[in-house]
Amino acid sequence: MNRPGLPDPYDPYDRGGEGVGGGTGRPRIPAPRVPAEDTGAPLPATAPEPLVLDHPVLKSLLGAWALAACSPAEAAAVEEHLGDCGPCAEEALRLRDAVGLLHPEESLDLDPGLRTRVLASCLGRRPPRVPLPDWAAPYDAETARLDALLKDIGDVEWHAPVRLRWFDDDRPVSRKTTVAGVIAHLLAVDGLVATALGLEDPLGADAAPGLGPAARTEAYWRAAQAPPTRAVREPWRDQTHELIRTVSFAGGGSGRLPVPYGVPPDTTTAPGDAAPGPALPLRDSMLERAFECWIHAEDIAQAVDYPYEPPAPRHLHRMIDLAARLLPATLAERRRAGRAPAGPPGRSLRLEVEGAGGGEWLIPLDAPGTSGSPDGEVAHVALDGVEFCRLAAGHVSPEEAAAGQVGDREAIRDVLFAAASLSRL
Amino acid sequence: MPKDAPRRWDRRMQQRLAHGEAAALGELYDRFASLVHSLAHRVLGDVAAADRITRDVFTHIWENPEAYDPKQGPLRSWIATLAHQQAVQRLRRTESAALARGGAGTPEELERKVRRASAAARADYIVTAMPAPLRAALELAYFQRRDYRQTAADLGVTEDEARRRLRLGLQLLSTAYDTRDAHGTPDTSSPADPTGPSGPSGPSYGAHGYGRTL
Repeated sequence: MNRPGLPDPYDPYDRGGEGVGGGTGRPRIPAPRVPAEDTGAPLPATAPEPLVLDHPVLKSLLGAWALAACSPAEAAAVEEHLGDCGPCAEEALRLRDAVGLLHPEESLDLDPGLRTRVLASCLGRRPPRVPLPDWAAPYDAETARLDALLKDIGDVEWHAPVRLRWFDDDRPVSRKTTVAGVIAHLLAVDGLVATALGLEDPLGADAAPGLGPAARTEAYWRAAQAPPTRAVREPWRDQTHELIRTVSFAGGGSGRLPVPYGVPPDTTTAPGDAAPGPALPLRDSMLERAFECWIHAEDIAQAVDYPYEPPAPRHLHRMIDLAARLLPATLAERRRAGRAPAGPPGRSLRLEVEGAGGGEWLIPLDAPGTSGSPDGEVAHVALDGVEFCRLAAGHVSPEEAAAGQVGDREAIRDVLFAAASLSRL
Repeated sequence: MPKDAPRRWDRRMQQRLAHGEAAALGELYDRFASLVHSLAHRVLGDVAAADRITRDVFTHIWENPEAYDPKQGPLRSWIATLAHQQAVQRLRRTESAALARGGAGTPEELERKVRRASAAARADYIVTAMPAPLRAALELAYFQRRDYRQTAADLGVTEDEARRRLRLGLQLLSTAYDTRDAHGTPDTSSPADPTGPSGPSGPSYGAHGYGRTL
């Protein structure tokens, strides 16, 4: 609700005084209202003839009168009447006081940290019988933060253009959509986790199996008859709640359950074969979805010009940790694809992530599945935590990532490009 | 959606809370935190104080989910009542303490202030809970400054109907000033409220103006 920036004679906050009437028993005469000439509706005559209206009509006008929403002639007739009619005068006062209670809706943003504090306080007082697995906490927090942002934006903003950016083939690529399109994207990809848990697929029961995140998104966008609107918020939010609920009941042990991320299009597999596509254990998958949720929330916030903070440090730390753990396999893939030269075995890179949620990771460069060894350290990269996440999201390029670098330049370049290639639509 | 779906949601939520589902608490917060916080903020005019009321209200619900009686009204009304009572109690407490310390004002002014804050918060709730056609008419006439004829045209209703909606909407709103307690005590629970500081579990959510069918 936005009102014009005019001082309002009926708003107690504008008047700075007390309620209307002040107990004098006679209503105030309404101040002249702002002419509504922009409406094209016939305007009342400037010198109205005294109107003669009967009691039921005058009574029916009391609401409009209290809101200064009737013609000057009608207002004069009502006021004339109020001098003679006790019940109407009483009601007029009451309604006029009620007008003083109207005020523009305050869009007071709830501090997102409040949710965490309130829930922690509750759970501290009465421990839950069905707790959230701790690896689901970032997803819970990030979806709640994004939902709070969505709640605040208007119909028009849902159609604000958003450019989704990621790295493909070591080059930045992008795709245009809208705020609603981004939520549809999150809904479609979260559906990977939903189907892995046996929940309903947002793409529908007859969706093609084995689709990866990008293909699922395209399929969802294509299937819609019209561009997505704010109506997509509810199914997205319902699914996030359902996921959180389901993993809570499944318990912390369900974190090892594999979540397939689709079969790559160039893989030919007979139906029924064990899916050879990429997969993440549920605990990492939920973390990855939390990461995507935050990154896209930032895309949306930027598109609608809202401030948006990074995740809580302990959640950010888990996201960085996931990216760091995914790096060795990505490096190996790059080697297989001929994008990076193979080096002598046993090398590692020290990734130092600064700021809240940061830490240090030793990335094995040549042997995924092993842990990095400090003896083989050939390079040291230092960068800010949020910057690292934007790199991993394909939102800053490896060349631009403001990194402090010491050591083997080739290895550093390789790791930064591998980080960027973690990103996708 | 079937007519009783919201009620079913309320009952289901209560069962999940009673069962100790942390995820249910999160959903409850997501649905009602802004209601609780804005009511408390409207009464207290202070974000930190509203934050604290929000924490207290959700803690109370989480610890006492059985205190909600679905037969007495929607969960939303119950939560609004809790928030309203706790906020008004807090306002009265802090204002009385200030007065006792020799602050400016009289007990009568304190009562007026509490009453005004209480009515303002209730009015906010009434506006959000009133039938959409009435809210739309008020929105046009007050916020968009349309007169009732233009309001009628905008809504595609007769001028009679526009006048009726504006009057009815304001009549509903004016009940925010009413003292709703059936026992004739002030609507704002006194510090000696037998239901204690963690809020009431009394039978009627209508007592504070949050339970009526509008």
